[in-house]
Amino acid sequence: MREAMSLDVTTIRADFPILQRRVHGKPLVYLDNAATTQKPEAVIDRVARYYRAENANVHRGVHVLSVEATEAYDAARERVRRFLNAAEAREVVFVRGATEAINLVAATFGRAHVGAGDEIVISEMEHHSNIVPWQMLCEERDARLRVVPITDAGELRLDEYERLLGARTRIVAVTHVSNALGTINPVESIVRLAHDRGIPVLIDGAQAVAHMPVDVQAMGCDFYVFSGHKVFGPTGIGVLYGRAALLDGMPPYQGGGDMIRSVTFERTLYNDLPYKFEAGTPNIGGAIGLAAAIDYLAAIDPGRVAAYEHDLLVYGTEALADIPGLHLTGTAPNKAGILSFVIDDIHPHDIGTILDREGVAIRAGHHCCQPLMARLHVPATARASLALYNTREEIDALAASLRAARAVFA
Amino acid sequence: MDLQELYQEVILDHNRRPRNFRTLEGARKAEGFNPLCGDRLTVFLKVDDGVVRDVAFQGSGCAISKASASLMTESIKGKTVADVAALFDRFQRMITSKPDSPLDQLGKLAALAGVRQFPVRVKCATLAWHTLRAALDAHEEVVSTE
Repeated sequence: MREAMSLDVTTIRADFPILQRRVHGKPLVYLDNAATTQKPEAVIDRVARYYRAENANVHRGVHVLSVEATEAYDAARERVRRFLNAAEAREVVFVRGATEAINLVAATFGRAHVGAGDEIVISEMEHHSNIVPWQMLCEERDARLRVVPITDAGELRLDEYERLLGARTRIVAVTHVSNALGTINPVESIVRLAHDRGIPVLIDGAQAVAHMPVDVQAMGCDFYVFSGHKVFGPTGIGVLYGRAALLDGMPPYQGGGDMIRSVTFERTLYNDLPYKFEAGTPNIGGAIGLAAAIDYLAAIDPGRVAAYEHDLLVYGTEALADIPGLHLTGTAPNKAGILSFVIDDIHPHDIGTILDREGVAIRAGHHCCQPLMARLHVPATARASLALYNTREEIDALAASLRAARAVFA
Repeated sequence: MDLQELYQEVILDHNRRPRNFRTLEGARKAEGFNPLCGDRLTVFLKVDDGVVRDVAFQGSGCAISKASASLMTESIKGKTVADVAALFDRFQRMITSKPDSPLDQLGKLAALAGVRQFPVRVKCATLAWHTLRAALDAHEEVVSTE
């Protein structure tokens, strides 16, 4: 077990060129991984190689470059399928990111299945991207948004969740890991309770995929979404996984090239999955870069990453507990590597500025979770979020700079 | 690029003990909101005969926005509306100017000059002023720095 928890972090850090940077004359301590992760050389190189040597449009050309680009793009889809353990590659739809994936489901599944008086269940800890698309749908369809409350520790109230599931519930959309609290939700139970009532479930995996193994078939979810840039890949690429049976029954999202089988001015026949949902030239370079990022993570092993980050989280939780006046928000027993906190008499924004001067990058603000902040009765929090390249020394640097912040405001 | 330049003693003091931090009955008011960081404040204003007779504020925010609001209330009380507008102009110029450019006719507000070295914090320093302007214009809606 001890062995499983050790990662060769020195080697891993050497894979990420940006970690060599200095900020304000200090070594960069990057603890804003929940916002975006850094990119390993393997991803940067793969994207550059694609544009240097392989760039062409996909699914169109008869020439060599187009054939190669199409193969690489299809291979990226297959890579994502294996990563999520989806049953089929056609269940993997490339989108811009988790936000677009949720919007896609809200727009298309919503159009097909949500009507007046129907209900959509989300939770109090959702990111705005898993609130607003459903709110827009509810407004359009005169449907109702039901919100599962959380405990003070930041855990989903499963009893309340079960109570909210009813005959009018059309879909459940809940995050796998809270970006603001770190809570890992019991997604298997969430899915089971909904499926017992025939309700499909979307899981927002944006904060999960870089930090733990994910198996969508074992989880049983109907949709799973994530962003490439939060899993060491490029920005502008993300994934919607959907069970083929559901995707097949949904109308298209956007119209355009690639999503059609045939077009006349009278009628258009839509393409098969997944192309039905990929109108226009896709982010080919992004998909290829994402596949490289997944290769990189898979070689290290998400299970070992989870164990390593948990170890670091425990260390960080203890280090922060020693700082007078500091209060953690989000203390669920089952947590990913996110340390969200407030310090008496110092606004998170000021903490962020002072830490930045020490080279320590954290996020300060509402983390796109304004309803959650309201629930916790804080206007904002400071958040340090971990990834596989972070170290105990960096946690020490965080703690030292927080003491420096307290000294400024003493 | 020194932290002490940003968090000067005057600013820390006004953050700890904000002046005119209260509501004003029967005053004009406007609400300001910085969606980036969640800072939110209300400015209350009594104007009579073109002169700011009283001003106060309420709300929550970072040290920069709170101190800026507090210093603002102190520096505009008793001034004519035209003088307040001119002061806001000078303040805005100062806060977006290059480091080392001169700070004239700003009085205590010069304590916030350090903010110009921290571009992401400029909105914190100007939130109170934008809200003040809304109160002067007697706009009722929430103003936003975005």
